[in-house]
Amino acid sequence: MAITAKTLCKDEFFYGHKACAGCGGSLAVRNALKVLGKNAVAVLPAGCMSAVGFNFPQLCFANNAIISTFAGTASMLTGIEAGLRRRGITDFTAVGFAGDGGTADIGIQALSGAIDRNDNMIYICYDNEAYMNTGIQKSGLTPFGAKTTTTPAGENIRGNIRPKKNMFEIVAAHDIPYAATATVGYMTDFLNKVEKASKIKGTKYIHVIAPCPTGWGIPVSDTVEIAKEIVDCGLWYLAEYEKGVYHITYQPKELTSVSDYIRKQGRFRHLTDADIEMIINSRNQKWEKIRKEWA
Amino acid sequence: MAKKFLSGDEAFAEGIRLARPEVISAYPITPQTIVVEKLSEMVENKSLDSAFIHVESEHSALSCAMGASAAGVRAFTATSSQGLLYMVECLYYASGGRFPIVMMNANRSTALPWNIYGDQRDSLSQLDSGWIQAYAENAQESLDLALMSYYIAENEKVSTPFMVNLDGFILTHTYEEVDIPTQEQADTFLPKYETDNKLDLDAPKNMAFSAGPEHNYIFKYKEHIGMKNSVSVIQEAEKKFSENFGRNYSGLIDAYQTKDADYIIVTLGSIAGLCRETADKLRKKGIKAGVLRIRYMRPFPAKEIAESVKYAKAIAVLEKDISFGNEGAVFTNVNSALYTEQVSVLSYNFIGGLGGRNISESDIEHIYAEIQRGTKKVNFMGIEVAE
Ligand SMILES: Cc1ncc(C[n+]2csc(CCOP(=O)(O)OP(=O)(O)O)c2C)c(N)n1
Ligand code: SF4
Ligand SMILES: [Mg+2]
Repeated sequence: MAITAKTLCKDEFFYGHKACAGCGGSLAVRNALKVLGKNAVAVLPAGCMSAVGFNFPQLCFANNAIISTFAGTASMLTGIEAGLRRRGITDFTAVGFAGDGGTADIGIQALSGAIDRNDNMIYICYDNEAYMNTGIQKSGLTPFGAKTTTTPAGENIRGNIRPKKNMFEIVAAHDIPYAATATVGYMTDFLNKVEKASKIKGTKYIHVIAPCPTGWGIPVSDTVEIAKEIVDCGLWYLAEYEKGVYHITYQPKELTSVSDYIRKQGRFRHLTDADIEMIINSRNQKWEKIRKEWA
Repeated sequence: MAKKFLSGDEAFAEGIRLARPEVISAYPITPQTIVVEKLSEMVENKSLDSAFIHVESEHSALSCAMGASAAGVRAFTATSSQGLLYMVECLYYASGGRFPIVMMNANRSTALPWNIYGDQRDSLSQLDSGWIQAYAENAQESLDLALMSYYIAENEKVSTPFMVNLDGFILTHTYEEVDIPTQEQADTFLPKYETDNKLDLDAPKNMAFSAGPEHNYIFKYKEHIGMKNSVSVIQEAEKKFSENFGRNYSGLIDAYQTKDADYIIVTLGSIAGLCRETADKLRKKGIKAGVLRIRYMRPFPAKEIAESVKYAKAIAVLEKDISFGNEGAVFTNVNSALYTEQVSVLSYNFIGGLGGRNISESDIEHIYAEIQRGTKKVNFMGIEVAE
């Protein structure tokens, strides 16, 4: 049965934590665990979600959960999966929740290794587009133009000068059994992808956009709206990769204004119209490819 | 029991086979590689029933072993030199998480300059990582330590990871006749791993958490006590080992002719054999020479060392290590033991064997001669320096 707001499990597995109001990451973790249920065994590396959820004696997971090293989400999942299997336990889901930095930068090696071995796990990257826990520094998934504390917007450089790494396709290029993109703005799409992943054997990867009001410079009440808008304006897309084939799971009829999306966020405040024009161009190129190849 | 002609690496792999780890995750590096190859073979030919995980780095090797240990099963990894340094973050994580993982480390020089041969700078740089550190002298002791290490590490009062060090090439690649216990014998000695320190579907846990200033020190203190508790468990393990296999070990140190010795070499690992031979020859010439082999650098046998050397006229700490800007780390540890135990004996440091440089019998004779005469505090073997 498809997951909807009505059918979503009422139990809570991630609560009492210290995430900021409006945190997209905690929303992703909370709801994904509702889908996976009490037998989810969660690994969270250093990053906001572990920092807000595991402060002894205030431990916030009702299911089994453990912090891994920053680089070690996937490798620790591998060990846990193998260990529990060796104990004869089969009715569990090994799931990782790692940030964009923990995934696309320091943890990419371990993730690649796990996919290469096709270890049985769901790896969820909650992407807030910077190292938030250490105070908003640039990661490999920080988008072009974003101001962070290590890519300041000044006279000479206007924030981050490089586009986001393409993690979804990097992961897919491993010939992973299942990969998907999502956003906390379209929650049922995300949760149904989590549900689908939980039924597939081998390594599964879900990349979910999870806005961070603190780092993005948006009101705490706008998390879900902005997480919808990033998809609606085409700077993010909802897609799947399965059995070697990409396909888009949501086709916006018409892409909304990139400029509107950008202008709502403090991190992009310094961008000029010409900068935004560049962003629109690269979006258009991407969508041309998506429409041609992933339809 | 069967006798076989085995290298140190092979003997260690046999010991691990008998210990039946459920999960093995390791990454190849000379001179450890033979261990992972042997274990893979054993898994293939079904003499070992384990999940062998082809991790893509040493960091992942130990991270994976921690995952397995957190899942409540016995885990093994092995490394050396650059690999050990690459996984350092995980060393501290494993000890802090109280995961009783066993790791074999083939002692090897660390780059730069690149060098694959044996010295002990890799493991000695990790004395503070919270791992029990044992140094084997020969292939038989390597196999026996593989079995005993799990017995000690997994004791619930200890619950501390265990690093067994084998001198690169000199021990890892040198063949000796080794007694291999039967699986039945090994099973009687080493019980299945049982722990509460694990993920549990019936009683979910949050593990490897943060602890702020108000609690952190309690966890660290407990970690220290866990390591300290291993001292009596090492004794217990050796007693039980002796009853089961008829081979005896002497705890944290291995003292040879130290009781009446005037001059003692204190050292680690495989070089101890040559030191003992040299001491025997000197004794025939009327010089009362002795050898103290430190078997465990952590927990550190401060009392035992002080007790063994307190009547000597002078001691030499011979080690394959240097802490740049200071002296050898073993020397520092030994001197601290002498000072805290209020033993006054002249002590000298001999740093040798770096990058696998040979230490010959005449080098050892030279050390005994130098400490009889009195020499510099810190001596670099093979390098003459004007005072
Ligand atoms: C090996 C290591 N390097 C650096 C850090 C410091 N650190 C902790 S969390 C973090 C940033 C995490 O960023 P991300 O993965 O995007 O997660 P977020 O905090 O944004 O949720 C950094 C740099 C660390 N814990 N470990
Ligand atoms: S800084 Fe951002 S990601 Fe971190 S807890 Fe706050 S809202 Fe969530
Ligand atoms: Mg982030």
